[in-house]
Amino acid sequence: MKMNRRGFLGAGVATAATLSAPMVLGASHGKPKVVVIGGGAGGATVARYIAKDSDGMIDVTLIEPTRTYYTCFFSNLYIGGFRDFASIGHSYGTLAAEYGINVVHDWAVGVDRDARTVALASGSKVPYDKLIISPGIDFVDGAVPGWDVSAQNAMPHAYKAGSQTQLLKAQIEAMPQGGTFAMVAPPNPYRCPPGPYERVSMVAHVLKDINPTAKILIVDPKPKFSKQGLFEEGWQKHYSGMIERIGPDFGGNNVSVRPGSMEIDIDGEVEKVDVCNVIPAQKAGRIAELAGVTDESGWAPVRPQDMRSRMDENIYVLGDASAQGDMPKSGFSANSQAKVCAMGVRNVLTGSKTFPARYSNTCWSLIDTDDGIKVGASYEATDEKIAKTSGFVSKTGEDAALRKQTYEESVGWYAGITADMFG
Amino acid sequence: MMLGMALPAFSQEDPVEGAKVFKRCFSCHMVGPDAFNRTGPVLNDLFGRRAGTVEGFKYSDDMLREGAGGLEWHPDTLDAFIENPKVLVSRTKMRFSGIKDPVDRSNLIAFLRQYSDSPANIPEADPTIVPRDPDVDPEILAITGDPDYGAYLSGECTTCHQVDGGDEGIPSITGWEPVDFVTALHAYKNKHRKHPVMQMMAARLSDEEIAALAAYFQNIEQ
Ligand SMILES: Cc1cc2nc3c(=O)[nH]c(=O)nc-3n(C[C@H](O)[C@H](O)[C@H](O)COP(=O)(O)OP(=O)(O)OC[C@H]3O[C@@H](n4cnc5c(N)ncnc54)[C@H](O)[C@@H]3O)c2cc1C
Ligand code: HEC
Ligand code: HEC
Repeated sequence: MKMNRRGFLGAGVATAATLSAPMVLGASHGKPKVVVIGGGAGGATVARYIAKDSDGMIDVTLIEPTRTYYTCFFSNLYIGGFRDFASIGHSYGTLAAEYGINVVHDWAVGVDRDARTVALASGSKVPYDKLIISPGIDFVDGAVPGWDVSAQNAMPHAYKAGSQTQLLKAQIEAMPQGGTFAMVAPPNPYRCPPGPYERVSMVAHVLKDINPTAKILIVDPKPKFSKQGLFEEGWQKHYSGMIERIGPDFGGNNVSVRPGSMEIDIDGEVEKVDVCNVIPAQKAGRIAELAGVTDESGWAPVRPQDMRSRMDENIYVLGDASAQGDMPKSGFSANSQAKVCAMGVRNVLTGSKTFPARYSNTCWSLIDTDDGIKVGASYEATDEKIAKTSGFVSKTGEDAALRKQTYEESVGWYAGITADMFG
Repeated sequence: MMLGMALPAFSQEDPVEGAKVFKRCFSCHMVGPDAFNRTGPVLNDLFGRRAGTVEGFKYSDDMLREGAGGLEWHPDTLDAFIENPKVLVSRTKMRFSGIKDPVDRSNLIAFLRQYSDSPANIPEADPTIVPRDPDVDPEILAITGDPDYGAYLSGECTTCHQVDGGDEGIPSITGWEPVDFVTALHAYKNKHRKHPVMQMMAARLSDEEIAALAAYFQNIEQ
């Protein structure tokens, strides 16, 4: 998290006319209060669904530092030149104006679970009856020796979308002819299992066009990765000879970097590279840790029925930050969890009807123009975890018409999910 | 052959009888050497062909999408389509209510086979497809759905299908007649329609839940 002082001073308070100054009033005063930390796939959806379905009976505050949320989903397509940057940015205007949500553009810096208040960087405190935390991910310190967030300009992660994504794209486009793009891929679990490999596909797509002699090197600590057979088939077909992957059997799990000299050390072999995309190991966004709802794994354990924290009955954790069982950390999952959680929270606060939880996920990836693939599953809540019930995945050897349709579906999904998040 | 055992429909097929049934198609479709596209596309060389691929014919978006998604014409898919075109292609341009008699359908399919290359080599049915009679049971169609329950369940759908009726890449499902909606979802559930996402979504919906969704989405204005 980039919590510099200037950021705080710059962060003003929301757009909405309905916004009440976030002063401490003492919780449970008047309407029940729900506070949501993080306005991403989980947070924006849950805020919208609670506001939409409670007919004004619940007061919803959404705390999110950025005014424009850039989706990580489709950020790889921006790198590949299939989307422009503005098309992956979304504002909170509709949530504030049409759904009456108090949107507060600030960082949450602490949670007092006894007093039930959230402390903001600006110094004020926001009371809650129920708190929903959906802060996404942060990186594990020291996960890639030689790299920390202060090196993110030399070696971007681009795993939180925005200026990092723009920087990585610019670096790729500025690579010398015949240069090397390296990616240090993360260990499990991490956000968007196919994300790094879709990114490699998009980088290859760009380089094939403007820098055909360039090389792509993936340094990977994992023996296997999501949709591997499909990606490898696609790479062979579209980018033959361009992409090399070094798995753990060849030292891919023993890597360090030197951002100053743009070098990576792979199991003792030092390579000089031109662009280095470091995607470190991940954990729940720091505010979840500060709220004390994470465990030694770094993620926040939740009940499968409604995403309620196993550590505090007034807190719910959604999306990437949660440890829930079998669902991958994806925007689709976070959105799906948010709707189940919204129903549960409304039930606790207003006694509205509940139905059994249903979760699902589908992740599309683009390999090259009109060559889309997908993987998906549905899930149910068991006592122990969110458990997978059935699933599907694209097959190798599918024809071009089906792959094109799969890509077009993903474009439809993007329009659907962003409308579902932001109204 | 044991007496009294019902014979499978295909073994009775009779192309001469089928020619008579084809009269119901003839107002829109042609077959034979001089055939050309009319209201409907030419039905020569139908077997093994992808849906929606006759050159020069302007198909509905739904037919094109099903074709791209893998729908091919074989005895089993044709049988389903002729019984009720909307089972496989919800908003098809083919305005035809269907042929309910299975013997008429198999005769018609036998007739159409004569206009495909080497009809003798065409298998009578795909061995993998067991269920016939894809039309939805009237009792299921008669269930009145609870729109409130549908509203909750719809959360699972609106990640992909936009409530404002947008249909970029994924079809719009708002404002449909419940019968079409229910028929489509059962076609995924029964695996007549092959789309893997929708098969998965429909697989865990009960008859009541499908009715509830139909009731909810019917009244969403575009
Ligand atoms: C390259 C890439 C490609 C991807 N592609 C896909 C895809 O195709 N499909 C898919 O489903 N998923 C995809 N994902 C994954 C998806 O982006 C995430 O899983 C999803 O965004 C998780 O939602 P979330 O609500 O947990 O976190 P986020 O969406 O990251 O939202 C967290 C929000 O919390 C805010 N926040 C953090 N800390 C604080 C704080 N202290 N106070 C206030 N606010 C805070 C952040 O500013 C952020 O806006 C991709 C991810 C990447 C990196
Ligand atoms: C009222 C006109 C009409 C009648 C009657 C009709 N069809 Fe059609 N048919 C169409 C149209 C229009 C299409 C294109 C549908 C679309 O694009 O959605 C079509 C499409 C088809 C297709 C798909 C062809 C392809 O190329 O994918 C088949 C098969 C078919 N019809 C068979 C029949 C049969 C068999 C009958 C008689 C039982 C019949 N139709 C009766 C108008 C008709
Ligand atoms: C992951 C994305 C996704 C989700 C979630 C989803 N759908 Fe679909 N749906 C699709 C796609 C893609 C198609 C087109 C499939 C095809 O070509 O047969 C489709 C098709 C349909 C159709 C047929 C449309 C037509 O024109 O033939 C209906 C009806 C439908 N969906 C209803 C639902 C309902 C109800 C839900 C929620 C329970 C749902 N869908 C959830 C992606 C989705």
